[in-house]
Amino acid sequence: MAVTSAYIHIPFCRQICFYCDFNKFLIDRQPVDQYLDALEQEIRQANISEPLDSIYIGGGTPTALNEAQVKKMLDIVDRLVPLAEGAEYTVEVNPGEITMEKLAAMKNSGVNRLSIGVQSFETRLLEVIGRGHGRDDAVEAVKLAERAGFDNYSIDLMFGLPGQTMADFQASLDMAVSLNVPHISAYSLKIEEKTMFHNWYKQGRLTPFPEDTEADMYELLLDYGSRNGLYPYEISNLAAAGYESFHNCVYWKNEEYYGFGAGAHGYVDGMRYANIAPLTHYIKALEQGNTVVKEEMNVSSAEKMEEEMFLGLRMYAGVDKSRFKERYGMEYKEVFASTVPDLLENGLIEDDGEKVKLTPRGRLLGNEVFEKFLLEKDDAS
Amino acid sequence: MNNKDRLERQKRIRNFSIIAHIDHGKSTLADRILESTSALTKREMKEQTLDAMDLERERGITIKLNSVQLKHTHTDGEEYIFHLIDTPGHVDFSYEVSRSLAACEGALLIVDAAQGIEAQTLANVYLALDNDLEIIPVINKIDLPSAEPERVKQEIEDVIGLDASEAVHASAKSGIGIEEILSQIVEKVPAPEGDPEKPLQALIFDSLYDTYRGVISYIRVVEGTIRPGQKIKMMATGKEFEVSEVGVFTPKPIACDELTVGDVGFVTAAVKNVGDSRVGDTITDAERPAEMQLEGYKKMNPMVFCGLYPVDANDYNPLRDALERLELNDSSLQYEAETSQALGFGFRAGFLGLLHMEIVQERIEREYGIDLITTAPSVIYNVYLTDETMISIDNPANFPNPQKVDYVEEPFVKATVMVPNDYVGAVMDLCQKKRGEFIDMKYMDANRVNIVYNIPLTEIVYDFFDQLKSSTKGYASFDYEMIGFRQSSLVKMDILLNGETVDALSIIVHRDFAYERGKAITDKLKDLIPRQQFEVPIQASIGQKIIARQTIKAMRKNVLSKCYGGDISRKRKLLDKQKEGKKRMKSVGKVDVPQEAFMSVLKMDNDK
Repeated sequence: MAVTSAYIHIPFCRQICFYCDFNKFLIDRQPVDQYLDALEQEIRQANISEPLDSIYIGGGTPTALNEAQVKKMLDIVDRLVPLAEGAEYTVEVNPGEITMEKLAAMKNSGVNRLSIGVQSFETRLLEVIGRGHGRDDAVEAVKLAERAGFDNYSIDLMFGLPGQTMADFQASLDMAVSLNVPHISAYSLKIEEKTMFHNWYKQGRLTPFPEDTEADMYELLLDYGSRNGLYPYEISNLAAAGYESFHNCVYWKNEEYYGFGAGAHGYVDGMRYANIAPLTHYIKALEQGNTVVKEEMNVSSAEKMEEEMFLGLRMYAGVDKSRFKERYGMEYKEVFASTVPDLLENGLIEDDGEKVKLTPRGRLLGNEVFEKFLLEKDDAS
Repeated sequence: MNNKDRLERQKRIRNFSIIAHIDHGKSTLADRILESTSALTKREMKEQTLDAMDLERERGITIKLNSVQLKHTHTDGEEYIFHLIDTPGHVDFSYEVSRSLAACEGALLIVDAAQGIEAQTLANVYLALDNDLEIIPVINKIDLPSAEPERVKQEIEDVIGLDASEAVHASAKSGIGIEEILSQIVEKVPAPEGDPEKPLQALIFDSLYDTYRGVISYIRVVEGTIRPGQKIKMMATGKEFEVSEVGVFTPKPIACDELTVGDVGFVTAAVKNVGDSRVGDTITDAERPAEMQLEGYKKMNPMVFCGLYPVDANDYNPLRDALERLELNDSSLQYEAETSQALGFGFRAGFLGLLHMEIVQERIEREYGIDLITTAPSVIYNVYLTDETMISIDNPANFPNPQKVDYVEEPFVKATVMVPNDYVGAVMDLCQKKRGEFIDMKYMDANRVNIVYNIPLTEIVYDFFDQLKSSTKGYASFDYEMIGFRQSSLVKMDILLNGETVDALSIIVHRDFAYERGKAITDKLKDLIPRQQFEVPIQASIGQKIIARQTIKAMRKNVLSKCYGGDISRKRKLLDKQKEGKKRMKSVGKVDVPQEAFMSVLKMDNDK
């Protein structure tokens, strides 16, 4: 299988959000330039010869870098990652951190899509989750992106935030619609370990968001989308036709991709891997000419089939049955014979002959469905 | 040793135990005594030597008995032999306490100088007085700022009727008063009486199983002499054995040539099962038997029962092995195989009380690594049928059809609660709510009251301790003893999940309390059982009649959104965890029920 994409991780932030457990470091006094040098080294080692169909630079926050560093980053990609005609090239940007100069540099280097970390258009909620920007910065960011010539962009919106009401979420959706946003990534808050929120949760200062309200919010999102021409091409992503993210679908289509940078994850030659996460260790490994891969997991054929299903079902289009058979030499129904009939009968999935996909009910209960596609260890042999 | 030497030595033996409430400093005092009599150097001592099991240390109570031989040189220049016999610190084991007291001539009564006498202490003092023990009062923790030794002495005199004028003022922690205690033991505790040449009578006050040596019996020799090679007979069971070894604990076990009148030590005789060497039984010489058994032998019957089921059905055999092993060491543990529609194959086990039950459960989980589902404990009911036969029921699921039942009897206990004045109302309220029958109330001093109620044992099992603790801010102390069976208006209540009766959740309740209990249980289950993909009704019923109902709403949303920069393994782990979590639950009529739910019928709490 050919590697089609690359994810590049920039693990720096100007402020640490209370919910975030990604590999990230407060940018003050960090060896950013050394990191970019190391990153260059890692990408060079991969020796990419075939042009890729997508690049995604995420974080952290790539825009935490100053203008010179942003240019340095873009230049590295320019030199070392060949892109195919029409490829998608996305950079994550944060309101309050983007400047016209940074955007112009991106545009110059062939970046053709932005992912803007709006999260909410409510200043009160942005403070609650520890973001560094307010409502006006968020609106300004979207406008700036458009002025810089990016018509293809996405905003992140979060729901299930502490103290968030239906009216709050609706206000954010209203704003997104009035700005004519072509793509929304909508995430419900999850309290992850090693975050501020988790500490507060353990201390009893934060209670989990009520499941029913969270479900109502998700339904509101889908409803808003359908009334405004944004369809949920994936469980947490809505887009106007033609604005779906190619890169995002690489993961769900179970394709292979490079992961570059500290703590990045990749999938190459049937092997999923994770890079060293601590910054200095990552840099040192590259300086000494060592591998930065910390963990490698060979994906067995049974696991590939599991992943094909539990990733693929996240997409509105579902899993292509003939592609499944082509890839694994068996019908998905045979492989998962012990669970598929139940799921069909309970109205969680549907099979239209070509594709198998989640029903609207199944989309809300995705994890319940996905779990069923983990084979028992004995079946998997 | 010739008989003259034996008699001479006998005069210098002192056997005593220590009576104290939890936290009043028994273990610390025992440690100090061990140090002062140079049984152990400080370096050899683990903190609180006598409490050997991990569980005991954690819970701060003694479960298995221990005894130790000490040498003490008195002011008269003579060397005395002390045997300190430890007692378990919990009401479940009061029979063992009574037997270990029967092995002594004296007891130290330790009372906290700030807190005074507690119910448990009182119960054990009475046991000691019943056994004619000389009691030496010790006022401990004398160096606490809140110590009130004079008040506590007065209390000892008023409540127990002991002369406390010579009570030792001590602080086990700071080593104050230890010499004085040792002196009083020599001077006040009588030397053992008995004749080394008479036929052997030795009291078994504990026994435990050792993989290499078989059962080790802890004994006190009352008459005669016991030595290796001797043929012995257990008088209650009639079983005969040949002694392989006798010895004393210093506290290390040390073999010796013989044990004779007044000696406290151990015997091994290739006994395979603790059931053959029962606490309270008398060992005698098989060839020259004593005429009579020592007084006070009782076979202990379990009072509290529960179902023990492996979470993983593959653990059934390991669970049986674990129970077999534990039974070797615990003659009061009983079990038999049982099947539940909801939980599959498991065991019904009987225990002396709740603590005993918890200890066994914990040991199975910890020492044998088996995940258990335990059902709510039940007492034993005598069910009289219309055909004039009687059956004993220890599992509510087996309660017969009401049409066949004439009447039912349940076990009652006499419960003694000792509490400061301010909480009398709270305690009486609680006892009343627990179907208690008021018996007596006495002021022990201006501030402390002793309250006695007869209460059904099942009400004690059902969350009594916790409620007593919370309604008296922890100031109450509590003790109970069995007083027999009485007729009550009892019915079987079933719990239905999604329309199906879950046998493991059935309970027997008093008719007047059924609605309240039904509501408490359905509410609790609603909180404990996670939302499922469909709505789940929870119902409590008596016969065909539904008396309480709750509903678990269907799950609305469970789907994770973020893809962490392509970290697929993280998604996989999350799904794996979710799947494993469900495996740890029991699927009952399509409903995934977590382990805790099966115990929930026990707890009435409103902690949220």
